[in-house]
Amino acid sequence: MSAAVNAFGDPLGPRGRRRALVASVVSGLVVLVLLYLAYRRLSDRGQLDARRWEELLSGEGLEFLATGLVNTVRVAAVAIVTSLAVGTVVALGRLSRLAPVRWVATTYVQLFRALPSLLLIIFSFYGLNQLFIDQGSATRVSAEVAIVLGLTLYNSAVIAEVVRAGVRSLPRGQSEAASALGLRRGQAQRFVLLPQAFLRMLPALVSQAVTTLKDTAYGTVIGFDDLLRRGQLAGETTRSPLQGLVLAAVGYIVLCFVVSQVAAYLERRVTRRFGGRTQVTGVEDVTT
Amino acid sequence: MPFQYLDELAEGFLTTLSLTLLSAVGALVIGTVLAAMRVSPVPVLRAVGTTYVQLVRNTPLPVLAVLFALGLPVLGPSFGFFTWAVLALAVYTGAFVCEALRSGINAVGVGQGEAARAIGLGFGQTMRLVVLPQAFRTVVPPLGNVLIALTKNTAVAATISVADITLRSNALITSSADPLGVIGASALAYLVITLPLGLAVDRLEGRVAVVR
Repeated sequence: MSAAVNAFGDPLGPRGRRRALVASVVSGLVVLVLLYLAYRRLSDRGQLDARRWEELLSGEGLEFLATGLVNTVRVAAVAIVTSLAVGTVVALGRLSRLAPVRWVATTYVQLFRALPSLLLIIFSFYGLNQLFIDQGSATRVSAEVAIVLGLTLYNSAVIAEVVRAGVRSLPRGQSEAASALGLRRGQAQRFVLLPQAFLRMLPALVSQAVTTLKDTAYGTVIGFDDLLRRGQLAGETTRSPLQGLVLAAVGYIVLCFVVSQVAAYLERRVTRRFGGRTQVTGVEDVTT
Repeated sequence: MPFQYLDELAEGFLTTLSLTLLSAVGALVIGTVLAAMRVSPVPVLRAVGTTYVQLVRNTPLPVLAVLFALGLPVLGPSFGFFTWAVLALAVYTGAFVCEALRSGINAVGVGQGEAARAIGLGFGQTMRLVVLPQAFRTVVPPLGNVLIALTKNTAVAATISVADITLRSNALITSSADPLGVIGASALAYLVITLPLGLAVDRLEGRVAVVR
């Protein structure tokens, strides 16, 4: 038990410590009672029976779920890379000196950031395929491509804002020094501004990667064979829907937790390096 | 033209709106309780709050919704899919509300709390008179962003077949054979909620902002 402190980090006095101890004991008991009630409910309904877990946790069951996990990770990885690439281009568009380029980039950001990623995935799948059918084209968009496309539209719009904020956060002296050295605007952006901006944005970008990873689970709506869908299917075939879904959730939590920890680690590194004067995390969707 | 679909999306729009409002209330309640737990001097409550936030933040919303709607009924509770959607959204968004509130409390300078103690205010007085009024002001923008994100997140209800804007657009895409018009219409429908919300947050922020 760490030393009891109040919300301002002050150590508590003797009376406060006593109260905190009483509250700890009482709330600890409440938590135990709640956990026991949950346990009772689970066992009364036979949800803790070994047979409900055996099949799912057998070699075959785990392999089935692992394939879903691999599909999830693959789609997420591709979507993160494409979002980063498109997002950087859009950010450069927003920073452009040409007004029409700025308008197009701004419209892109405002439109796609305002839409649910699920809607964009559905549109990429049903919408595009409908367009292809109408035009008599034999091209079809697979579920996997549709998820990558839908997630890229949304996340690139968010990332564009992160990148723009990152470039803006650099001191003016950087671009002035670059132009004093005779670098053209594009060169300054490529060699001086973007590399520094990316370093500062790294924590925000990794948090956005977690969001992308989580959003791949929407793919289950268009029938993509990801961890959520496989968890659901495994639960149905073994008649243990709760267990299948719980296992899928555990998979996602572990995956996201690892990436979140990377983000937290990078945040500490970056803060140390820049002496705490960087805050490029203030972009809205980064945490949700 | 996207406008011709607005009629058909109207019902979905109302569903999305009520999902947003109901789960926003739930999320604010859950988030406030969690934030209070996380800043309390009671280790057990802190641990519970932290565990909740870590678990929920790292679970994809669709997984939570499907787990609630298809997994939990085996334990007894039987609600409609709409209710499960509201519950999943409230539980999920509550974690983000908690973090927004907590960062607001942490943003109030340590000196403020120390000064309040120095002039003899107790914990409750310090919180009520000094820390919370200031925290509320810094918390408006992040909380507003959480609510805007919640509006978009209500689309998750479509994964458990609640007929919101997203699910109705899905049906319209095939029945109307005009995907571009449908996406335009549903974009408008979401913007009708998110844009005023964003403006309201900006105005509120301007009104309560303090110059530090």
